[in-house]
Amino acid sequence: MSADGAKGGLKPKHQRLVLIVLAVAALIGATLLAMVALRDQASYFYMPADIAANPPAPGQAIRLGGMVEQGSMQMQDDGVTVEFVVAGDGERVQAVYTGIKPDLFVEGSGVVADGRLNAEGVFVADTLLAKHDENYMPRELEGMSSEEMRAELQDSVAGNGQ
Amino acid sequence: MIPEIGLAALWLAAALAALQLLAGLAGARTDNAEIAALARPAAALQAFLCAIAFGSLLYVFAVTDLSVKLVATNSHSMKPMIFKLSGAWGNHEGSMLLWITVMAIAGGAIALIERRLPEKTMMATLAAQAFVGLGFYAFLLLSSNPFERLAETPPEGNGLNPLLQDVGLAFHPPTLYIGYVGLSIAFSFALAALLTRNVTPEFARVMRPWVLAAWIFLTIGITAGSYWAYYELGWGGWWFWDPVENASLMPWLAATALLHSASVLAARDALRTWTIMLGVIAFSMSMVGTFLVRSGILTSVHAFAVDPERGSFILALLVLYIGGALVLFALRANTIAEGERFSPLSREGALVVNNIGLTAILGVVLIGTLYPLFTEAFDVRVSVGPPYFNPVSAIFFLPMMLVLMVGPLLRWRNDNAGRIAKPLALVGAVMVTVLIRSLFYDDIGLLPFLGLVLAAGVAVASFAPLFGRTLRRTPLAIWGMCIAHFGIAVAMFGMAADTAFQKERLVAANIGDMVEVGPWTGQLETVNAVAGPNWTAMQANLTMFYEGGEGQEAHPQSRNFWTPTMETSEVALLTRWNGQLYVAVGNQGEDGRWQLRLWWKPFVTFIWYGGLLIALGGGLALIGRVAGDLRRRRQQASGEEVDGESHEEALA
Repeated sequence: MSADGAKGGLKPKHQRLVLIVLAVAALIGATLLAMVALRDQASYFYMPADIAANPPAPGQAIRLGGMVEQGSMQMQDDGVTVEFVVAGDGERVQAVYTGIKPDLFVEGSGVVADGRLNAEGVFVADTLLAKHDENYMPRELEGMSSEEMRAELQDSVAGNGQ
Repeated sequence: MIPEIGLAALWLAAALAALQLLAGLAGARTDNAEIAALARPAAALQAFLCAIAFGSLLYVFAVTDLSVKLVATNSHSMKPMIFKLSGAWGNHEGSMLLWITVMAIAGGAIALIERRLPEKTMMATLAAQAFVGLGFYAFLLLSSNPFERLAETPPEGNGLNPLLQDVGLAFHPPTLYIGYVGLSIAFSFALAALLTRNVTPEFARVMRPWVLAAWIFLTIGITAGSYWAYYELGWGGWWFWDPVENASLMPWLAATALLHSASVLAARDALRTWTIMLGVIAFSMSMVGTFLVRSGILTSVHAFAVDPERGSFILALLVLYIGGALVLFALRANTIAEGERFSPLSREGALVVNNIGLTAILGVVLIGTLYPLFTEAFDVRVSVGPPYFNPVSAIFFLPMMLVLMVGPLLRWRNDNAGRIAKPLALVGAVMVTVLIRSLFYDDIGLLPFLGLVLAAGVAVASFAPLFGRTLRRTPLAIWGMCIAHFGIAVAMFGMAADTAFQKERLVAANIGDMVEVGPWTGQLETVNAVAGPNWTAMQANLTMFYEGGEGQEAHPQSRNFWTPTMETSEVALLTRWNGQLYVAVGNQGEDGRWQLRLWWKPFVTFIWYGGLLIALGGGLALIGRVAGDLRRRRQQASGEEVDGESHEEALA
């Protein structure tokens, strides 16, 4: 069988056309697939007020940001699971995290966490995202509007969750 | 004085780049040999001046000259010398100076070394390289001057982000940048080929070693970066699909595709337009990655926030260069004649599948990385992580692995399936064995399971091209290909094994408590304070036993740096041939117990061994090709009969 025999002798021009069509089809396919997957897998940023207004489905991956309420942190007996309340705009979300507690994760400071709500509406955090320096949450945050605070929290997130 | 010398050298280098652009264009478009003769020396001198500028920056960091703003904001007199030096590129201005220095050296190297291309194409290449360089000189000199002085010298500097104070990371950016910016050569070659309408197998052979060299550095850089994230961040993972990681992965995917399509062009004179396109895309991805990281537009642990003015500057450069290159491509692509024909079942056919797969993964990663930017325009904030990237890239990656087993065995142009049945039967047998073995572990996820099976298949198939050859006479390029493909299998095995069989334990332990994870048992013996040059730490001391064997000590630390103030986790790693025990220590709870996190990660080290094997394979291929070129050049010089590239080498 000769090279030209396979497809009844594609001319070089036609072969190029076939290759272009294949490449374009693959890229369009990849793009569509990416878009569909993004719809399901991207995790949206919520603050306590958003959860109150429009709660995500339990089990849906989300990113929660807000302030750790004063006096809400409770270490469980196992010494590695901590319960706390994320607050903002007068709304509160009960949250729980199991893992090594970052230094900067303290009451009265900002927190951003990846996780999901469970059936009871408790936020189960997989990772706490803390910015790696002492200026994590400026004091000025106290007087910020929720929009400014949202931006501040988002911008101070480290990409690598720890 | 030294900073001013560095700055003057940069301005001079920029002026030379302008000269090189004009001389190169004149050389490409006219027959004016006198003007054209200026292009090569301009490129060489530019490289020398950039080296002086970069040397000046290293010097001011080495002596901690706090009158220089960059030193005051990013260094500290108390730092160990190695981190003073690496601090020079651990910031925005310094890393951009490194970028332009690598670019100038690359341009100088082509100008001095490359003699095989038609002179006009060569001149156009130098012009293109200068054109790209000028944009980055402008960026550096107008908005990111690394040598800026302070009006008043502060008593002490701000220090360097402690996460960056790590030997592995000290050499990570230079390696990555050599890879990133080395691809600018492919970009310039591609533009020159379009300008002079000269796309030939010879052109691919000239471009290939340069791409290969850049790709090797990129491979090492990504591997090292992954290992750094693994042991420095203390979270136990090795790839987070962080925007910064993606920024280095995207050029690698494009460069890998480019290497493979260039070999089709070199050996068979097919895929001409496609190769040029990839040459443009590869460096475009370097620039996009740099934009994402350097503009601070995607916040991430290594992307230091930068003012938006700079981001806009880089964005303008992106639009200019990528847009311009694509417009030129669109205008000229039709004028490139079609290449040779081949049937779908042939080496070319397999390489086309490889290229389409790599490009699709590139698209998937690019879309996922940019998606948060896109939604933010509509004021919706999202983050995209492994749940998106893992399955979507695997959909394209896993079928590519099947083609990888077959492709290298196929003949160029046309083949029949019967001829490769025997080696494939062997590969199939290995895969079935692994399949059956894996079924005994019922809790493996689908992706790790497929990864294990395909890794086994690729590992065997990767050496199949060596069967029936006289090994001593096999060209290095073939060895390189086999080793690199084997490296893919090794890395894939490491990833799959770690994902499937990892054991994790999180405990709060008192001194004297027993801890266990997977096959390891041990005891938290003591916790004590230790101090380093610019940090103090609490160090946990454990003795761990693997399946009751010899005891090994682990000393994880929780470190506090004071310049700047920050807490980092220094994990302890106990390495065995079949995996690593990974131990991190957290804080002491109010009840006096220490938080410990232990992972047993079977075969995790194979991930980085694989990465190094891939780079080694590339290195062997590069040596083989360069040696072949040198031999032919020597024969030419001495007037001997020149052996054409042997059939073996040409088709490797």
